[in-house]
Amino acid sequence: MVKLGNNTKLLTQEFEYFAPKTLEEALDLLYEHKDKNTKILAGGTDLLVKMKTIGLDVDYLINIKEIPDLKFIETDEGLKIGATVPLSHIERIEKVREKYSALYEGIKSMAAIAIRNMATIPGNICNASPAGDTIPSLIAYGAELKLVSKGGEREVLVEDFITGVGETVIKKDELVSQVVIPEITKSSGSAFSKKSRVKADIAKINLAVWLEREGRTCKDCRIVLGSVFIKAVRAKKAEELLRGKVVSNNLMTKAAEKVKEEIKPIDDVRSTAEYRADLSQVMAEDTLKLAWERAGGEL
Amino acid sequence: MKKIEIEFTINGKKRKIFVKPNDLLINIIRNDLYLTGSKYGCGIGECGACTVLLNGEPVLSCLTLALTIDGKEITTIEGLAKGDELHPMQKAFLKNGAVQCGFCTPGMILTATVLLRENSNATEDEIRDYMRGNLCRCTGYVQIVKAIEECASEGKTS
Repeated sequence: MVKLGNNTKLLTQEFEYFAPKTLEEALDLLYEHKDKNTKILAGGTDLLVKMKTIGLDVDYLINIKEIPDLKFIETDEGLKIGATVPLSHIERIEKVREKYSALYEGIKSMAAIAIRNMATIPGNICNASPAGDTIPSLIAYGAELKLVSKGGEREVLVEDFITGVGETVIKKDELVSQVVIPEITKSSGSAFSKKSRVKADIAKINLAVWLEREGRTCKDCRIVLGSVFIKAVRAKKAEELLRGKVVSNNLMTKAAEKVKEEIKPIDDVRSTAEYRADLSQVMAEDTLKLAWERAGGEL
Repeated sequence: MKKIEIEFTINGKKRKIFVKPNDLLINIIRNDLYLTGSKYGCGIGECGACTVLLNGEPVLSCLTLALTIDGKEITTIEGLAKGDELHPMQKAFLKNGAVQCGFCTPGMILTATVLLRENSNATEDEIRDYMRGNLCRCTGYVQIVKAIEECASEGKTS
């Protein structure tokens, strides 16, 4: 948040800047400067704001936007999205619009076009705001992040990646190279919902549902809520209530009630805990029903 | 911090300048190149007054490091008119009274031209949605939306 008197016109930090052309070069730089305040620059829409408003210290800045290897989209099996692909390019992918509805709706709900032309998914996740709008859908899909470092690579579920407000499991010499989202079957559906004061605003609550249908039964599902805890959380009891059951209007209502019981929101500038709890139930019911219909189910 | 030379195209002209790592694009455009059409508003990506086109796409110059535009193409509001002939969007804004204090106008017009390039038949809802990151504190948006709608219906998108 900007305090009165903050100068947002200039960056006052002095740092060294690198724009490597290859991933190897970037990883070498990260390794070499891992004991200092070294930051990765992709979109910059969170990083530069933090540098201006809370005086985030940066000694070395590595711009990864000039690395061709991080600028790819693969849609053959599931989705693989390179780290520097801006959100606006992701929302234009046909497969995202048609099959990954929750991700599409999450991205469309974010800020405005100029920000989405700059910002990236790994940026949204590494910033680890409890209200990040790409996070619920990615957890719902069971998406993973590929982390690379000089020493090797590993894959971490988005669900396990964020540990708290602004905190993740990423190591100082690692960077996110791509987002890997599993293939979505024909009999599954997803939806995203967000409530905020005005459209481009930060969420009071955001919520994503992914579910897989088998006839009239909900075979599997994930319900993920943002802005109700220090990080996006799954409503596991509500999921349990639905899993393996024949879906009806009544069951959806019960699952939504469970969501409300399960979450522990707080009061803050954007909403009260009481309102968030009530809202979560309504949003959960609507979003569950929408995802079910998208999976080809009837109510 | 030592200055580094960058080369880029702005409004069709090639420029070479030296910038520091922490120089922001908005300040380079306004203070070094004297193109004062782009405005510094909030500085944190909320208002859209500093919008410029980077390789044809709207971005916020207050959140862009000058060094990152090396080799790229920038368009500012000064680059839209052809000589004395204003861009159709500029004419539509004038005609519809979509300009009051004028502070948001450069960002508004640049964003609107890209909207119509991507979607030449944009509806009112689509216009309001696409323009939601460009804030105007004077007009109440009605005249701005009208200007863009008029431009769309006349098919004058470039």
